[in-house]
Amino acid sequence: MKFFLIVILMFSPLVLFSQEDLLDLIDTLNTPQSEYTYATFKSTRIISSHSIETMKEGQLEFRVAHRFGRLNSGVDNFWGLDQSTTCLSLEYGLTDDIEIGLSRTPNEKTISGFTKLKILSQKSGASSFPLSIGYMGSIGVNSSKWNYPDRTDYFSSRLHFVNQLLFAKKINEDLSIQLSPTHVHYNLVKTALDDNNIFACGLGARYKLNSRISFNIEYFYVIRPEWNIKDNYKNPLSIGFDIETGGHVFQLMLSNSQGMIEKHYITDNTDSWSDGGIHFGFNISRVFTLY
Amino acid sequence: MKVLLYILIIFGISANLFSAERFISKNGHIWFYSKTPLEVIEAHNNQVASVIDPAKNAIAFNVIIKSFKFERALMEEHFNENYMESEKFPKSTFSGQFVGFDPANFKKDGKYNVSIEGNLTIHGVTKKIKQNGTIEVKGNQIIAKSKFNIKPEDYGIAIPALVRDKIAANMEINVDITYTLSN
Repeated sequence: MKFFLIVILMFSPLVLFSQEDLLDLIDTLNTPQSEYTYATFKSTRIISSHSIETMKEGQLEFRVAHRFGRLNSGVDNFWGLDQSTTCLSLEYGLTDDIEIGLSRTPNEKTISGFTKLKILSQKSGASSFPLSIGYMGSIGVNSSKWNYPDRTDYFSSRLHFVNQLLFAKKINEDLSIQLSPTHVHYNLVKTALDDNNIFACGLGARYKLNSRISFNIEYFYVIRPEWNIKDNYKNPLSIGFDIETGGHVFQLMLSNSQGMIEKHYITDNTDSWSDGGIHFGFNISRVFTLY
Repeated sequence: MKVLLYILIIFGISANLFSAERFISKNGHIWFYSKTPLEVIEAHNNQVASVIDPAKNAIAFNVIIKSFKFERALMEEHFNENYMESEKFPKSTFSGQFVGFDPANFKKDGKYNVSIEGNLTIHGVTKKIKQNGTIEVKGNQIIAKSKFNIKPEDYGIAIPALVRDKIAANMEINVDITYTLSN
């Protein structure tokens, strides 16, 4: 009896060793690697503000952004669709982590250039890092006809600057969030009381509804003195959807802000959700691979 | 009686050890093509883990989806995010048997045409497949090669009508793996 038991035990490893074990064994062969997180956001914008994403090396993005008039402007203006504004921009990836861009927006006929850097990237695996950190800096020139008759039209008076830090984290496959501390500097302000520097902090998120559509939300809290808030400046809140179709990303949104660059939609906004000052808009992004 | 027992035990242990002799590879090469008049898509994975177990005449593959490298970054992102959903299904596996192949050949140098049957799992969907290839035995090394087609739709990978013309109905999969003997 004992003999048979031993014989059975002896051969049992052969019997137990099924094919699944081969797959288990193989699991241990894959060398651990660190993987950079991809697609924290689907586009270079969350809605109106910059996301952590940049164009990869050699990619050129052509963006067309539209914001329409106020929804409460009535049937005469077709609920705002008659008052369309268009921002065109070209954005290009110098390397996988450095993007430059040029845009023109109808508000104050502003031409602006920006640089976006991805400083640290979120990654997992062998060596991991919990979030991505980036910086966006832009300079804008007001190219409209000078409308301050009592002031000298210096070129420098037409400039404004934006510094923005981007802290983004893809929490899981579906949810990504971003924090964007923002500084806007006006070379020329409306009144002597206005501050040249305005600070704001943006919070953005993306939630994937399926592999091609995501729901996005974006809000900026703008730090202002009390009297300034009474001038009807409002914090911008936007909600929208990203719809991806191969090389295009369509972004549809509703926002209380009509601007399309930081100065206009964050710090110059006066419309509010509560009184129907809501704007419909969309962004179309087309990416070309140059090399 | 007792001596016989010990002999049997020793023999049994060594037989078990012998069965653990396998050919393994950690950096096998698998690549695929999708060819249409509009676009050629090509991606390479040089980190494929694979094992051949001569004792059981079996073979297995483990392919990390994110290790597929594309020429264009955007393609790679779409591949991972929209098609393979590599966060949800991080790897693709195959586990199968050599069909009608004498395992003794694993010890004899030469080139053999082989047929492999087993379960291929891609995108969380498992299908039984049978494909042909060649293996070349050179001492302690085996070089395995194969080329076959698979349809993304068979594995629940949806391709939207808008890009249907840019992605081939049949993906050409190429396998080239050099195994070395390990005990």
